[in-house]
Amino acid sequence: MAGSSTDYIKHHLTNLTYGKLPEGYERVDHDGNREVLQEGTWTFAHSAQEASDMGFWAFHVDSLGWSIGLGILMMWFFRRAAKKANSGVPTGFQNFVEMLVEFVDKTVKETFHGRNPIVAPLSLTIFGWVFLMNLMDLVPVDIIPKVMELAGVPFQKIVPTTDPNITMAMAITVFTMMIYYSIRVKGIGGFMGELALHPFNVKNPFLQALFIPVNLFLEIIALVAKPISLGLRLFGNLYAGEMIFILIALLFSAGLALGLLGGVLQWAWAVFHILVITLQAFIFMVLTIVYLSMAHEDH
Amino acid sequence: MNVNATLIGQIIAFAVFIWFCMKYVWPFLIKAMDERQKKIADGLEAANRAERDLKLAQEKATTQIREAKEQASDIIEQANKRASQLIDESKEQARKEGERLKAAAQAEIEQEVNRAKEQLRQQISALAVAGAAKILETSIDEKAHSELINKLAEEL
Repeated sequence: MAGSSTDYIKHHLTNLTYGKLPEGYERVDHDGNREVLQEGTWTFAHSAQEASDMGFWAFHVDSLGWSIGLGILMMWFFRRAAKKANSGVPTGFQNFVEMLVEFVDKTVKETFHGRNPIVAPLSLTIFGWVFLMNLMDLVPVDIIPKVMELAGVPFQKIVPTTDPNITMAMAITVFTMMIYYSIRVKGIGGFMGELALHPFNVKNPFLQALFIPVNLFLEIIALVAKPISLGLRLFGNLYAGEMIFILIALLFSAGLALGLLGGVLQWAWAVFHILVITLQAFIFMVLTIVYLSMAHEDH
Repeated sequence: MNVNATLIGQIIAFAVFIWFCMKYVWPFLIKAMDERQKKIADGLEAANRAERDLKLAQEKATTQIREAKEQASDIIEQANKRASQLIDESKEQARKEGERLKAAAQAEIEQEVNRAKEQLRQQISALAVAGAAKILETSIDEKAHSELINKLAEEL
């Protein structure tokens, strides 16, 4: 039982990975047959071990597929609303999208005081997309992986935000924009000055020269911590949530009484998770706005 | 939980979605919403103005109605006055006419009476003559006595 539980959890936490296995790699299939690859092969990983052996040049097909799919779905929705948008009386779906847009616009205007036409659409994209990706967490954990397994796909992780690659990719994008706008607004000198002359700033140039390395060390850590915390916060929350869903799902195989308890717990956790999902999407958006706002501020 | 090229794929996807949202979604929605906001503000203002106009018109109407009522009551009063005046006048006229008629009738009556008296006098004189003739059994020379008889008749 313990072994199968571990396997169950491991199976749920493994991404469907497509990558290149190196030459001479020894593959072991389900029946224990060994096969040594004659040359480097692009293929789907059949185990977590294979996936990690593929190294950097591998893709989590499920994470990317679901996230891009959801992104396209969202953009299709938004585009439809944008096409139909007019100053008449909005109805139903139109109203919903406009409510969302207004909410994002208000949040941006409250926090971001510079002039940059990218911030608001960026925030809308983040909020909508992260929310949808998080929302996949509410799909019962076993349904899609099971269906996929029957269709011959070995792994399937349907919540993209439980994949650190996804969340870190978004955080890195935001970070890149932070650096870009910092330099554009303050100039390269201004940006460097910000890193080198804070938090220790003294009049004496000799002393200041001594402080510069300390300042650089502190400020660079603070700077780099922003995208890392941004990405890992989202990942951590969703990963933990997913993990609890999986753990509760284990109860289903432990008899009728515990199975019923598991059902109730799944439901309760899902209800609570609605809050987490929305909150994390909102936090990611607000922090992005705050970081970009800081990038635009000239001291 | 391996860090791999998924990262790069997601960065590209994210950039594309941001670009799409910025280019094809956000401006349209914001434009429509701003336009609607303006429209609603205009509409509200127009409604306010209309309300003000309505109030003014109502006030004006009330004043006009009051004036009309006053005028009407004036007219009615005047008419009443005129009517009573007319009634008085016609009463007066009728009274005068009556008096005039009465006077005329009285005059006529007097005239009739006089004429009757005259006739009576003549008949009496004739009767007197006839009576006297009968009494005297002789014919009286009418010419000789007519003066006497006429004098007698006038005395009657």
